Amino acid sequence: MGRLAEAFDKARADDRAALVIYLCGGDPSLSATVERILAAAEGGADVIELGVPFSDPSADGETIQHASERALAAGATLPGILEVARTVRARGCEVPILLFGYYNPLLSYGEENVVRDAAAAGVDGFLVVDLPPEEAEGLRRHIANAGLDYVPLVAPTSTEERIAKAGAIASGFVYYVSMTGITGAAATGLSDAARRAAALSPQLGHPVAVGFGVKTPEDAAQVATHADGVVVGSAVVRAAADAPDPSSAARAVRNTVAALAGAVASARR
Amino acid sequence: MRATLNLPPGFDARTGRFGAYGGRFVAETLMPALDELSEAFFNAWSDPAFHVELDTLLRDYVGRETPLYHAARLSAEVDAQVWLKREDLAHTGAHKINNTIGQVLLARRMGKERIIAETGAGQHGVATATACALLGLRCEVYMGAEDVVRQAPNVKRMELLGAQVHAVRSGSRTLKDAMNEALRDWVTHVQSTYYCVGSAAGPHPYPLIVRELQAVIGREARGQFLRATGRLPHAVLACVGGGSNAIGIFAGFLNDREVALVGVEAAGEGLDGKHAAPLTAGRVGVLHGAKSYLLQTSDGQIAEAHSVSAGLDYPGVGPEHSYLKDTGRAEYIAVSDDAALAAFQQLARLEGILPALESSHAIAALQQIAPRFGTGSHLLVNLSGRGDKDLDTVLAELDRRKA
Repeated sequence: MGRLAEAFDKARADDRAALVIYLCGGDPSLSATVERILAAAEGGADVIELGVPFSDPSADGETIQHASERALAAGATLPGILEVARTVRARGCEVPILLFGYYNPLLSYGEENVVRDAAAAGVDGFLVVDLPPEEAEGLRRHIANAGLDYVPLVAPTSTEERIAKAGAIASGFVYYVSMTGITGAAATGLSDAARRAAALSPQLGHPVAVGFGVKTPEDAAQVATHADGVVVGSAVVRAAADAPDPSSAARAVRNTVAALAGAVASARR
Repeated sequence: MRATLNLPPGFDARTGRFGAYGGRFVAETLMPALDELSEAFFNAWSDPAFHVELDTLLRDYVGRETPLYHAARLSAEVDAQVWLKREDLAHTGAHKINNTIGQVLLARRMGKERIIAETGAGQHGVATATACALLGLRCEVYMGAEDVVRQAPNVKRMELLGAQVHAVRSGSRTLKDAMNEALRDWVTHVQSTYYCVGSAAGPHPYPLIVRELQAVIGREARGQFLRATGRLPHAVLACVGGGSNAIGIFAGFLNDREVALVGVEAAGEGLDGKHAAPLTAGRVGVLHGAKSYLLQTSDGQIAEAHSVSAGLDYPGVGPEHSYLKDTGRAEYIAVSDDAALAAFQQLARLEGILPALESSHAIAALQQIAPRFGTGSHLLVNLSGRGDKDLDTVLAELDRRKA
């Protein structure tokens, strides 16, 4: 079993949802990303989504768009992001890391190369926003060969047929998009989305985490009451971006994540 | 009127690919909407009533068929017989209207109440706003903040036509960012909204839909050419940004192997500098839902394009062109800003026609192509749009070059 599935199992054993935290790699520097990942893990993150910045993030709202722009302006590249994962592991942190991003930077690096180098760097799996199951066969083959996980998305618009397809190709967990929209958008009906995700979990045969629009500890608790996992991205990225200096940014990440983790831990009590 | 769809060469309707290119690289949320759109398109295309309505509007409202014109003085100048397919005479001044009338009819048929579009120079935005005014649908257009300033008259036009224009301030604030923002809107309002893509690009089925709607250009031109000369042209030339006017005219001649097809990209300031020529000098990648040639960095980030012509100022290209390039059925060359500006003036003085800066690239390419075919040869150029919209740009660029 991979680290991702283990993280969800461990959370389930504690009767709580797993907390998944997104950070944009290289925002505002690679070394700052390392500190923020360590801070998020300390704060209680069960899984880290390590964002590979892309020039054209068409599924993201302003917060993550700006984070990607900062990262690219500071010279972040895919090899640099993999180096972040390697450094996190070298510093003894075993939090599962999911490489999260858009397809073109991976394609440009080479599907086989990126999977090989990510595995060597200590990455546990991939989530590619603009790669639906129909287009993912090649990348998935390399991921499976390397023993890593592939996390597909299910959306509120997904048909039964598409949901089944996602379940069939998933490993680690399945990411349920809470609403039709982009990252960082205002939450609508998180509770309903979480119930839906919880109902899908046995059908899919994998844990289902809910993301998009989860900002506050209250939002996280609403989702965590029902779902196997809660994903928070923009709110953590913004907390770090609003901090006045690098050490307070890492502290802001730890505090924000700790508040989310607390809410998630007590949601079912 | 044609009630059946003959799929283009190399196209696989199951995967939405032209050879290795195209496909659907979008967020899961949009996948069912693309399935719905494919089904609605194939359904409409096999419905004679849809074609009656489309063809009637193309005739009575757009002004089709557009003329085929023998440009005698230009012919003498370039030493070959040059024929112009006059899409500049279509309503709203460019070929874009062929696509928007068809797509907005399709949207209405699908029960969508709101239309969104992206636009660079504003031509597709104006054409979409026009079709929405005609058919009584709500229209919102995304346009890069830079382009809103550069193309202010088209913003006013869209607003007069009842559309709402959103200035996009993200990224490079140009066409590619407008398309990102339109995708963000669509993923948010996917149930109620129809996304009217402006070029033969984007995820399947858009490249197919747009090429079928623009194929009217090639169908007409082929028939007109045969009637006028009793033969087919030696070569067909068209400018390529996203590539909709080019694929539209090429579609009429794809099966005529003896007709050379030449796509003309924007070399901008030069292929070793800032340009907009992904087929000539790019690398295969994925942007805006499709696999195709792209301008990108060694790290897979999308590079900013440059062309004096806003309509060609895009780092990607429709997937069918990538397929035609690889198979060798079409050839792609690139023409600089300077050459396009010279061609703009040349056509004005020799023929009394102000071409769009986009189309000026195809005119400029005659200098390279005509000598290859010789004096008696027949060359057909798609004059995709009129140049009135470009007057400010052309005058400013000419002043800058004098200084």
